[in-house]
Amino acid sequence: MKARNYNNYKGKNNVLFLKNVIKNFAAFFLLLFFTLNAHSQDVDISKGKSLFNANCAACHKLNKNLIGPALAGVSEKYEREWLYTWIKNSSAMIKSGDERAVAIWEEWNKAAMNAFPQLSNQDIDNILAYTDYVPEPVAVAASVAVPQATGTTSSFSQDLVLVILVIVLIVLVVMLFLVNKTLRAIVANNGIHIEKKETKIFSEPVWKLFLKNQFLVFCSVVFLLLSSAYFTYGWLMQIGVDQGYMPVQPIHYSHKIHSGANEIDCQYCHSSARVSKHSGIPSLNVCMNCHQNIAEYNGEEDLEKGYTKEFYTNEIKKLYKAVGWDEETRQYTGETEPVRWIRIHNLPDHVYFNHSQHVNVAGIECQTCHGPVEEMEIAYQHSSLTMGWCINCHRESEVKVKDNDYYTKIHEELSKKYGVEKLTIAQMGGLECGKCHY
Amino acid sequence: MSREKKYWKSEVELSNSLDITDLKHNEFTEKLPIDLEMSDELVQSSTNRRDFLKYLGFSTSAAVLASCEGPVHKSVPYVIQPERIRPGIANYYATTMFDGYDAANILVKTREGRPIKIESNKLSKYHGFGNARVHSSVLSMYDSVRVQGPVFNGEDISWQNLDDQLVSHLKKSDDASKNVYLLTNTIVSPTSKKVIESFIKKFKNVKHIEYDAVSETAVLDAHEIIYGVRALPFYNLDKANFILSFGADFLGDWMGSSYDKDYVKNRVPKKNNNGKAKMSRHIQIESNMSITGSNADVRIPLKPTGQKHVLAYIYNKLESNNSPVPDLEDSLKQKVDTIIEELVSNGKSSVVLCGHDDIDSQIISFRINEILKSEVKSRSKVSMLRKGDHKKLNNIIKDYENGELGGIIMSGVNPVYSLPDSLDFKSLLSKVDFSVNFSMKMDETSVDSMYVAACPHYLESWGDFEFINGEYSLCQPTIKPLFDTRQFEDCLLKWTGSEKSYYDEIRTNWESNILKNGTIWNKVLHDGICSVDNKIKLTPNRNLNFTSHVESLLSDKSDGFELIIYSKPGMGDGQQANNPWLQEFPDPISRVSWDNYLTISKFDADNIGLKNYNESNGALNSNYASVSCDEIEVKIPVIIQPGQAQGTVGISFGYGRTQGLKPEMKTGQNAFRLYNNFSKLQFVDIKPVYEIHEFACVQLHNTLMGRGDIIKETTLETFNTKPKNYWNAIPVVSKNHIETAVNKKEVNIWEEFDRSIGHHFKLSIDLNACTGCGACVIACHAENNVPVVGKREIRKSRDMHWLRIDRYYSSDVSFEKDKEKKENIDGLVESLNVFGELEDPNENPQVVFQPVMCQHCNNAPCETVCPVAATSHGRQGQNHMAYNRCVGTRYCANNCPYKVRRFNWFLYNNNEEFDFHMNDDLGKMVLNPDVVVRSRGVMEKCSFCIQSTQAIILKAKNEGREANANEFNDAVACSAACSTGALKFGDINNEESEVFERSKDDRVYHLLEYVGTKPNVFYHTKVRNNGKMKKT
Repeated sequence: MKARNYNNYKGKNNVLFLKNVIKNFAAFFLLLFFTLNAHSQDVDISKGKSLFNANCAACHKLNKNLIGPALAGVSEKYEREWLYTWIKNSSAMIKSGDERAVAIWEEWNKAAMNAFPQLSNQDIDNILAYTDYVPEPVAVAASVAVPQATGTTSSFSQDLVLVILVIVLIVLVVMLFLVNKTLRAIVANNGIHIEKKETKIFSEPVWKLFLKNQFLVFCSVVFLLLSSAYFTYGWLMQIGVDQGYMPVQPIHYSHKIHSGANEIDCQYCHSSARVSKHSGIPSLNVCMNCHQNIAEYNGEEDLEKGYTKEFYTNEIKKLYKAVGWDEETRQYTGETEPVRWIRIHNLPDHVYFNHSQHVNVAGIECQTCHGPVEEMEIAYQHSSLTMGWCINCHRESEVKVKDNDYYTKIHEELSKKYGVEKLTIAQMGGLECGKCHY
Repeated sequence: MSREKKYWKSEVELSNSLDITDLKHNEFTEKLPIDLEMSDELVQSSTNRRDFLKYLGFSTSAAVLASCEGPVHKSVPYVIQPERIRPGIANYYATTMFDGYDAANILVKTREGRPIKIESNKLSKYHGFGNARVHSSVLSMYDSVRVQGPVFNGEDISWQNLDDQLVSHLKKSDDASKNVYLLTNTIVSPTSKKVIESFIKKFKNVKHIEYDAVSETAVLDAHEIIYGVRALPFYNLDKANFILSFGADFLGDWMGSSYDKDYVKNRVPKKNNNGKAKMSRHIQIESNMSITGSNADVRIPLKPTGQKHVLAYIYNKLESNNSPVPDLEDSLKQKVDTIIEELVSNGKSSVVLCGHDDIDSQIISFRINEILKSEVKSRSKVSMLRKGDHKKLNNIIKDYENGELGGIIMSGVNPVYSLPDSLDFKSLLSKVDFSVNFSMKMDETSVDSMYVAACPHYLESWGDFEFINGEYSLCQPTIKPLFDTRQFEDCLLKWTGSEKSYYDEIRTNWESNILKNGTIWNKVLHDGICSVDNKIKLTPNRNLNFTSHVESLLSDKSDGFELIIYSKPGMGDGQQANNPWLQEFPDPISRVSWDNYLTISKFDADNIGLKNYNESNGALNSNYASVSCDEIEVKIPVIIQPGQAQGTVGISFGYGRTQGLKPEMKTGQNAFRLYNNFSKLQFVDIKPVYEIHEFACVQLHNTLMGRGDIIKETTLETFNTKPKNYWNAIPVVSKNHIETAVNKKEVNIWEEFDRSIGHHFKLSIDLNACTGCGACVIACHAENNVPVVGKREIRKSRDMHWLRIDRYYSSDVSFEKDKEKKENIDGLVESLNVFGELEDPNENPQVVFQPVMCQHCNNAPCETVCPVAATSHGRQGQNHMAYNRCVGTRYCANNCPYKVRRFNWFLYNNNEEFDFHMNDDLGKMVLNPDVVVRSRGVMEKCSFCIQSTQAIILKAKNEGREANANEFNDAVACSAACSTGALKFGDINNEESEVFERSKDDRVYHLLEYVGTKPNVFYHTKVRNNGKMKKT
């Protein structure tokens, strides 16, 4: 019934670091390869790549249809000259009635391609070189081979140091044991007899003595009672507190990728947070603003956890299914299947919390309450969300009065009354029951 | 001492008979009535006490363990989020309600696409405020017993099937040249009219008949005779200085009016520069006690036949022709003469209103207004709210008898329920070839109809209306239809063969015929209303034979009791009988909920032998009376009504529904059965039935007993001539043997908190403006998720209304006399006698209404006694209630001098014992998501709608500006719903706010001020305009 996963997320840093290293080396080798390649021809593939990304990537992919057709191997289908004219001004070509141009235009829903008069023939050559380029498997093999060679650098060192320390300690223990044994042997050989100490200090067993000392018994009982009360209280107090709650969601949505790697602003998706009491789980049309064009994952992987590229791409497919997006036709099918997310932050019904008050009026960072979301592969509840936690912040934080005329008069009057420079939220009335409970 | 003495209880014991020995061994002579308490299963079960305890222990610990694990909440966002919807933010849509009875231009508050509350549309000049029923209507949409799709003979069918079958039925009737009747309520929609016309054009045998459940045919006919226009008259009551009303309940439901706003404009005395205040004067001559009569300066209880005599008398004096003059009793004559004097002296700013269902009274009253040259009676505006002609219903019967009746199509009406027994519509329905009922419910008519066309609620529909000539309004859907329903007009269009939807028709019609001067459709849709210059000029026909009308007026002879059927501000004509808010709404006059009853005067009740009495727990009981008229007999409980004219009785419409509602809602008796010839006046016989009826009455003490500090009242004369201290003195207490006013700082036992910083909310309640209509009570229910508790609980005084409207009767002829009487008590014996007397209301008492909610005392007695500090004071003046902190000691309720705290005796949601709207998923959709639903065992009370005040403050903060002076005016639901401005809320620390201005008024006083609670609610002394007439 209750799918809860309290996985500890921490402790993955090492793996992350490793991945970075791999990535850097891979990039380095790839680049090296390209540069070498480029020198062998007249065209510059890396230049072509950057031109492609700047001008073409919004509508084209190499091996996949997007808004326009896939471009890999396009130079083989059409002759250069034709491509030059097409790229520089496709609509003119269509108007002029070029047969092939019209055919493309009609095939792609009569969507005209932008004209790129700024591109020189050389530029186009570079781009085409990039689109024609098929990476050779050798490069991949080389890049994979790299980390083995570079494995001894800092990331491994920590573990290694630990292992070495452990080994040293074990050796020390063994050595001491051996030394002790040797010494005893020497003593025995020398004929010295070590007298065993008289062990019988107490006439009776210790527990009987303990029972006889009533004061001690009393103290221990009191201690036991108090400590058990302490732990029981602590246990009771955590009931209903779901700090660390990290449920498995129907779609593996990674805040780390979106908010961390891609640096998307929180409020791009949770746009209601500025104006409403709810931050709002983004509707799927917001996802599709980007994911119309991002159909596969090409970022970092975490092989250890199974977060491979295929895994992430598969999650994107789940989104497409939910929103009813047909990748082939690039059309909405109308068959939707709303995603039933599992809510992580659950305030009780008797609490009124308003995001806009905190985000917009007070200007608090989302991370203050929600923790390092940009590092969360799986979102979890960072704060305890208990009333004590709320109250503490209300006691300590000052009201943000700057640029807000609402506070001008009341702040002036109240700070005079309380004789303080800056008012805390509590002094403003932020601890009153009725402010949050109604 | 060891010798055994034998004691015996009775001599029978000595006989040693078998019976006695048996008895000795049995503790109880009778079998214990455990079977009644327990089900058979329980009695026969093998579980013994110890097992029971084991189970109990196990289940308790299981429950505790289970509660440690929180439930998993799902969040399902939109797939494609509509542009205008943001979770957590309310949207408002302007629309219009018209159900054939109530009419109002309103705003609908929606949250996440669900309508949750009705608000007033202040752009609308005439119908911008809703009454209690309009406010309740939002809950009627979420009614779990609605018809969810088209039905044929009790089986679900598809719309396609229904269309095909209906069209073939219509054609068949046409071929057989049989008539098909289209029976609807009054059609005030210009486009709907067109749709019906085109339908009739296609099917020539269709005849359209409009009829109103509560008919105004007499007024319509009289208006047509005198002014040549078949419409209801419209009155500009804001121009009236003198109102004489003959049984016209214009603050209630008279002609579907919403006159209260205009009426009150002249009823609040405002002192001008020379210290004199003016207010209008209102005299009500009526038989039942209505809320209009309660608000009158002078109320004269009189039988309807007697009222007709007075009308004839006044006419004669004013017209001075040789019409017959009735003989009036001396005391009455004296009063009427003064009235005539006042009518004449006020001339054109006086008006005579008449609520009688007879054409002669109406013609004479119209004529009197003409003689007075009354400007109050509008000459350019008429009301279109009722147009039904009940006489045409006879055509159906005639056609049926002649075998010419093909079928009946009904929309917006419930004839099986609302036609009098004498018409026997039920059996007629079963004999026609086909019958279709457009209805939201499986009501009385639907059950007997062949087809039921499920139609949407008005909040799911399109529509347009013209309530008053030139005043157009639009109705737009605020939610997607909840069920498989289709609008009446859409069906007609379909059957006519049109491809267009009703929305298309409306828009085309508006754009080509109504919208002029460049007004655009979207603007009208946004505003909900649109005024067009459609003036008509009403010219009266002076050449009628008025004398003959006077003669027929006087020919009416009283025969037995005169029954006046009226409608309650709560239930109206009974369309919303399945609405728990309305069922639980206490009648403003009798304060009885969940029932209708026969109102009778004390005198008549004593004569017949009818009684009202309270049980030991305070609950009200009564006898039944059997009311018979011709062959119809209705058995109905009795309420002895102070102010009821002798020889008259009253029963309200709207109760006694039997179909299409939950069992709990099947309350009261159907007064439509007695509504012969659509006349509200019937002559009946009354016989007592000695059975006991249990009422759910929320107010058990009817008089003030001279306690002038609860309701302060004075006359206009005193108000104008005497200093404030004379008629509104602040109570004094002895401080160091010096009499000091209670509002002085030095008599306060509390340390005063400085409340001059920030907001400080106060609510002003003007008793002169409060008509007691109760719209605020329902608005409060809707806003604050107040639960409905049901009749049984109300009887135990466990009602949950956060806002109640107390109604007090005077024991003497006026409250002033009561006060005098109380103050002149001398000695203990006399005090016992006089207080005893003061407990009984007068035969014709003065009446006041007083809305009471939590007074948000600055020195709140409830706060100091709460052991867990669940109730505490905010610096904005609100008394907070933290429900989750409350442990239910109820100390606070005991210590509250105003008795406004309400305890949740049970869990009222998800509880089958309380099968009202909070028990089903549909009904829960009306809940306000910003207010928590309270659980069992906690105290609750008015919060001054803190969710709204906080929302307004947050809005200002978000926009980075100070809150505006009058931004808080409509923050509280009661003040927003109040059409007359009796309740006004605001920030007292803002000197530009209305509430600040009102707090400076001389009439201001606080409830039980001498207690020293310093409430944040203040009242305004009621001023009555006694005029020249001395009350005797």
